[in-house]
Amino acid sequence: MTDFLMPKLGADMTRGRLVEWLKKPGERIARGEVIAVVETDKANVDVESWVAGTLEKILVEPGGDWLPVGTPLAVIAAEAGAEAGAPPAFAAAPAAAAPVTVPRQPPPPDVAPGAPPPRAPLPAAAPAAGGERVPVSPIARKRAGELGVDLASVRGTGPGGRITLEDVERAARERPAAAPAAPAADKRQRMRDAIAAAMARSKREIPHYYLGTTIDMSRALAWLATANAKLPVTERLLAGVLLVKAAALALREVPELNGFWIDGRAQASASIHAGIAISLRGGGLVAPAIHDADKLTLAALSQRLTDLVARARAGSLKSSEMTDPTGTITSLGERGVEAVYGVIYPPQLALVGFGKIVERPWAVDGTVVVRPVVTATLSGDHRATDGHRGALYLDAVARLLQEPEKL
Amino acid sequence: MNKEEIRTKALGVLAAVVPELEPAELAPDKSLRDQLDIDSVDFLNIVVGLAKTFGVDIPETDYRHLYTLDSLVAYLAGRAKG
Repeated sequence: MTDFLMPKLGADMTRGRLVEWLKKPGERIARGEVIAVVETDKANVDVESWVAGTLEKILVEPGGDWLPVGTPLAVIAAEAGAEAGAPPAFAAAPAAAAPVTVPRQPPPPDVAPGAPPPRAPLPAAAPAAGGERVPVSPIARKRAGELGVDLASVRGTGPGGRITLEDVERAARERPAAAPAAPAADKRQRMRDAIAAAMARSKREIPHYYLGTTIDMSRALAWLATANAKLPVTERLLAGVLLVKAAALALREVPELNGFWIDGRAQASASIHAGIAISLRGGGLVAPAIHDADKLTLAALSQRLTDLVARARAGSLKSSEMTDPTGTITSLGERGVEAVYGVIYPPQLALVGFGKIVERPWAVDGTVVVRPVVTATLSGDHRATDGHRGALYLDAVARLLQEPEKL
Repeated sequence: MNKEEIRTKALGVLAAVVPELEPAELAPDKSLRDQLDIDSVDFLNIVVGLAKTFGVDIPETDYRHLYTLDSLVAYLAGRAKG
């Protein structure tokens, strides 16, 4: 038996609330399958199981209280020979509580700062139907999270039984008063609290160093214009896709920047999962991962990026996307900022920043010409690397962007 | 398809990308980007949505016509099939 725990979906997460079960007892679970939706201080997240098996017992019903990270939510009967996959990096971090699934055993002593983890089902505000996942519009899912409505208890009136915004709001009005709604202002404050905790920890624990370089983007943009002119709109590329790919590929050359600071030492990651800093309308940000960003074609990377941004803003991210980033890439260029020196998201080792692509005087063979340029920056953890390695990294990013056809 | 039908369908595309959109509060002659707080990724998703909904290709050189709701509707009225 394996406990399915309240996951830690980032360095800034200490608690979560179960929104919805997507499986019911007796149903089979594939490894990596989304089985629950959990509300964090930042977003509603689709939580995947890291073990294959059968959902044995649900311990916590949707719509209840906020629970500490590591609280058992359900029991999974693991398949014979099935082992839990690599736990999220945050699970191994000093400040983390536990991986998403663990062999069933007494709760770790450092999991719950408050009440002990429950061993029996908690009372639910609304009956949990469980069963097949019904289609839900993004705005309805987001509103359900805000109102604490268990989607399993909502009858969808849209096409094909789709749950609409009106269905969620009606369910909120009709339910017992036991599960109070979370005002939007409260959600915004929780988001700020979560960001404050992570950034304060970063500045408290990580000795940052900062580097910046200006990169000629004329070749990259010319190549992009030519490529986009031949592509249908559905396959068109953004300049940001080239920047993300170059940033990811450069991590292969300086792998010390890709990974985590865990147990007092740097642990490089074999995979490059680019965390993309995404601002949320209404305030706050998240930085979910594009997995294996260095291996994706530009077309695939573009598709993943546009999908990730849309889902992040619709409140539909997966737990692995929240836990897996091995570094973060941010850009504030869209709002005119020319350089961003970011704060590393612990326990990661580095953060890469890109500013606005602007036209500037540029010396070429003794002649001043006008070129589009971008300022790339690196915030590095000085415990793990020195400025020299960081400089090599930015040099690699600049070099890669001079050969966009090879990205 | 008349302009009102185009406007209604276009608002549906915008709402799919920006669920927080309140159509009644959208000034038709002001920047969509500023009013909706959208970035280049959102904008690309909107362009893709418009292209699929109206069955038109929208080259990058025409993006300037999508600056406001009014200009967007006028542009699509000149290109939409049916």
